[in-house]
Amino acid sequence: MNAVLPHLPALQVVVPLIGAILAAFLRRGNFAFTLTLAVSAILPFISGALLWQVLTGGPISYAMGGWAPPIGIEYRVDLLSAFVLMLISVVGVVIIPFAHRSVASEIDASKQAWFYCMYLLCLTGLLGITITGDAFNAFVFLEVSSLATYVLIAMGRDRRALLAAFQYLIIGTIGATLYVIGVGFLYLLTGSLNMVDVAQRLAAVEPDQMRTVITALAFITVGVSLKLALFPLHVWLPNAYAYAPSWVTVFLAATATKVAIYLLVRYLFSIFGVAVNLQALPVGEIIIALSLAAMFIASFVAVFETNLKRMLAYSSVAQIGYITLGIGLANQAGLTGGLVHIVNHAFMKAALFLALGAIVYRIGSARLGDLAGIGRKMPLTMAAFAVAGLGLIGTPGTSGFISKWFLAIGALDRGWWILVPAIMASSMIAFVYVGRVLEMAYLREPSAETARASDPPLSMLLPMLVLAAATVYFGFDTEWTAGIAGKASQALVQGLAR
Amino acid sequence: MNDISPGLVLILGALLVPLLHGRLRQAYMLALPLLAFWQVLGLPEGEFGQIHFLDMTLVTLRVDRLSLIFGYIFLIAAFLGIIYALHVDDTLQHVAALVYAGSAVGAVFAGDLVTLFLYWEGTAIASVFLIWASRTPSSYFAGMRYLIIQVGSGVLLLAGTLLHYHATGSIAFEHMGVGSPASWLIFLAFGIKCAFPLLHNWLQDSYPEATVTGTVILSAFTTKLAVYALARGFAGTEILVPIGAAMTAFPIFYAVIENDLRRVLAYSLNNQLGFMVVGIGIGTELSLNGTAAHAFCHILYKALLFMSMGAVLFRVGTIKGSELGGLYKSMPWTTGFCIVGAASISAFPLFSGFISKALIITAAMNEGYFWTWLILLFASAGVFHHSGIKIPYFAFFAHDSGKRCAEAPGNMLVAMGITASLCVLIGVWPKPLYDLLPYAVDFKPYTTEHVVTQLQLLMYSALAFTVLMRTGLYPPELRSTNLDTDWFYRRAGYALAVRFADGAQTFWEAVDRLVRHAVSKIVFRLHTYHGPGGILARTWPTGIMAFWTTVMLAAYLVLSYL
Repeated sequence: MNAVLPHLPALQVVVPLIGAILAAFLRRGNFAFTLTLAVSAILPFISGALLWQVLTGGPISYAMGGWAPPIGIEYRVDLLSAFVLMLISVVGVVIIPFAHRSVASEIDASKQAWFYCMYLLCLTGLLGITITGDAFNAFVFLEVSSLATYVLIAMGRDRRALLAAFQYLIIGTIGATLYVIGVGFLYLLTGSLNMVDVAQRLAAVEPDQMRTVITALAFITVGVSLKLALFPLHVWLPNAYAYAPSWVTVFLAATATKVAIYLLVRYLFSIFGVAVNLQALPVGEIIIALSLAAMFIASFVAVFETNLKRMLAYSSVAQIGYITLGIGLANQAGLTGGLVHIVNHAFMKAALFLALGAIVYRIGSARLGDLAGIGRKMPLTMAAFAVAGLGLIGTPGTSGFISKWFLAIGALDRGWWILVPAIMASSMIAFVYVGRVLEMAYLREPSAETARASDPPLSMLLPMLVLAAATVYFGFDTEWTAGIAGKASQALVQGLAR
Repeated sequence: MNDISPGLVLILGALLVPLLHGRLRQAYMLALPLLAFWQVLGLPEGEFGQIHFLDMTLVTLRVDRLSLIFGYIFLIAAFLGIIYALHVDDTLQHVAALVYAGSAVGAVFAGDLVTLFLYWEGTAIASVFLIWASRTPSSYFAGMRYLIIQVGSGVLLLAGTLLHYHATGSIAFEHMGVGSPASWLIFLAFGIKCAFPLLHNWLQDSYPEATVTGTVILSAFTTKLAVYALARGFAGTEILVPIGAAMTAFPIFYAVIENDLRRVLAYSLNNQLGFMVVGIGIGTELSLNGTAAHAFCHILYKALLFMSMGAVLFRVGTIKGSELGGLYKSMPWTTGFCIVGAASISAFPLFSGFISKALIITAAMNEGYFWTWLILLFASAGVFHHSGIKIPYFAFFAHDSGKRCAEAPGNMLVAMGITASLCVLIGVWPKPLYDLLPYAVDFKPYTTEHVVTQLQLLMYSALAFTVLMRTGLYPPELRSTNLDTDWFYRRAGYALAVRFADGAQTFWEAVDRLVRHAVSKIVFRLHTYHGPGGILARTWPTGIMAFWTTVMLAAYLVLSYL
């Protein structure tokens, strides 16, 4: 055991990577699924152990291949990255049982092994972005995860999936390019790619080089904003979510954008924020303005959307607005709200997409009009949907309330009380779009199609029930969500240059 | 056990209801409020159930005399409501009713604003299902409007709580009075739920749309919870006196001309709330006692009235005054219970309303609120007129509609019977209720003066109704009649009242039209841009997305260099 423990950071990424390669060789969907299941089951133990080490002993630095940083690639686990690693692994293991039947029903048998291969590659990339302490290595993992994602989306049954994947490919590549240009600027300035090292050296740059710093900041922020679908750079997201295979949507909604958000926080708070006084730049204000636009505009679009996958996708754009709002506020409470919403939103949105996936599995449609009376035919599925939907609204007793509470306190601490009614008003819009679905599901008479539906098998049901229960549980016990997010944001905010 | 709110007993208990069937389910549902009641009886005063939540300490169970009396009556009302609804085979309604009642009980025992807010929203969300359970298009829209307003009230409460917490560092729910922005927000939140004038429309809009049994439950909790919250947080707030006085007076005009008898009761509900709000505004021990006592009695007799009208609706299928009449032959028991309720709401001596309303009116007189006192007297007469006489008269007597139906089901009769007995019992023997009030009571309701004044008031009101009926003046057509001058004033008064109500109606309809027009315009605009195919909702070509990326990049750079 002692031989393994020091190498946990590497294993976190290597295990799914090897899994991906093996999956490609297995060729049989069932075998590949079993392998993926095994890999998914191991990952939370690794990230749990990492989180434990960080909580008890502070940040971990791991020199990849024995090459000491800043020359070699450093894997660096601090509270923030451990928190996000934990999120990805836990979501991965909770939702994987759903994949078996859902994928079998939506993907050709001959392609299923490739599907799991791509999934594990995507997982590798996301975990890699989170764990690496090297700016360029992050770019590599960004590309790994993105390329795998394009393939996964293109595997959707709907022919429009191809177009959606293609659009995402173009836009995602632009985003990655902007990011790497920004990293290039940083390298020019500092001669280093190690994030901690870059931050230290940036603090020492000459004042006449500030323009380059600002340019690098702009490129990286916009590049990452594309990946995290910050309004108005979100347009790739709804189609990608709507036409991807149901289970892929669940995974992407819960993790992919969240990792991009992690990257944004990392750059704003651990690199640029440490080196220069960001308060003097309008970055925070721009992010807040865009977040507000997302919270309202995307929510309104969701209200009118009749394809529920697209509706939930637009709701994601709005919810990402909450997260970036907390990032823009850049104070203890606000950032805590943003970080805790990363987890809370991941769980509730995964539950929602899972429920929707189960509905698609049963009735083959995700249109609002086809769901009449389905609450009576698929009671547990819709119960999960309803609970997670309440979380989306921010109903007290759900985790969404916790996020919004911190955001509101953060806004008040910043002195911008006007944001408080804005947060509440946008919650009311969420109330409308969630309410539409619940009304259709519970208060209408079942149609001929829905009358034949029933709750899906346990392997599909359990993941969504667990996530819905988590939405409620973390509305009361916040030690593992807001507690850790609070500590992480405290460290980040204290590190900011004034 | 002392750390669990009695409200949670009902809420968590409700979750098991869908699993049970038949007799077992009925027995279980009846046992829940009894269990909670038994728990409340054993509660010592103090604060329990502290939960550390974020950085705050929630007090989920605060027991004092004010919360206790509301806790008792809420649980009694829940019990009666469940008996009344026993024949219903609709799981949704049963669960909603239990969660709703549980939330109201939980809110009353909440010791801090966050817990209060949690239960506050609980009542909003649970109760709307009682309206939707009618499963008609109109109930759906009424429910939606109701829900938006109720949730909106909760959102205001939350906003106020946040500001309060941020300003004072405390979330304890104690007396606050108006002043800071936080307290105004909270006041407004309470006011919406209490159906303050101009914030009241949700009540008359939604309650008559609920199911037969749903309305009975609805009438008990939401508004009285608001009364409790006002009494806790804003006792002695001067502005409540005129607000309450207005609440007692203006619904009368509407109630007189309304044909839907359940809606008449909704208006009179509003009017009764006015008495309680005045009591809170005066803020003396006597008036606060009056508010608590009146809430207690009011929940009973209002439920009784809604029960009897519900029974009529259940058996006849309509509750329009113009289509009913002569039902006393078919439903003698219901008629009797309705009359008990009518006598109670009209504050006949020996009925419950008399011993509670007197506290408030006396307090108003003692503290020198002459005009308020006068309005309260007028309102008392008005109540008798529309709730005391109009309701039983049009439903059970008047001209015989020829409708013949069965008597109400047994469980309804039992519920009405118990409620009616309580109304009489409290009226005859008020001491047990007085002993429960928040402050020590030194008040004798049955003095000659009180009784005579009240009887005079009632007699004149009855006379007015009789004459109006006899002369065909009721409803509004006017015909010239020669009566003595005293009567002339009264008739002119009524004509004026009818005019006023008509005018107000027209005005509100105009406002309503304007609002609807504006709303539909806004929705149209929103739809144009956000609806499917709108610029913000459609899929942009890849080039446009790339263009926006460039714009964003340029914006960051330009703004950063500025």
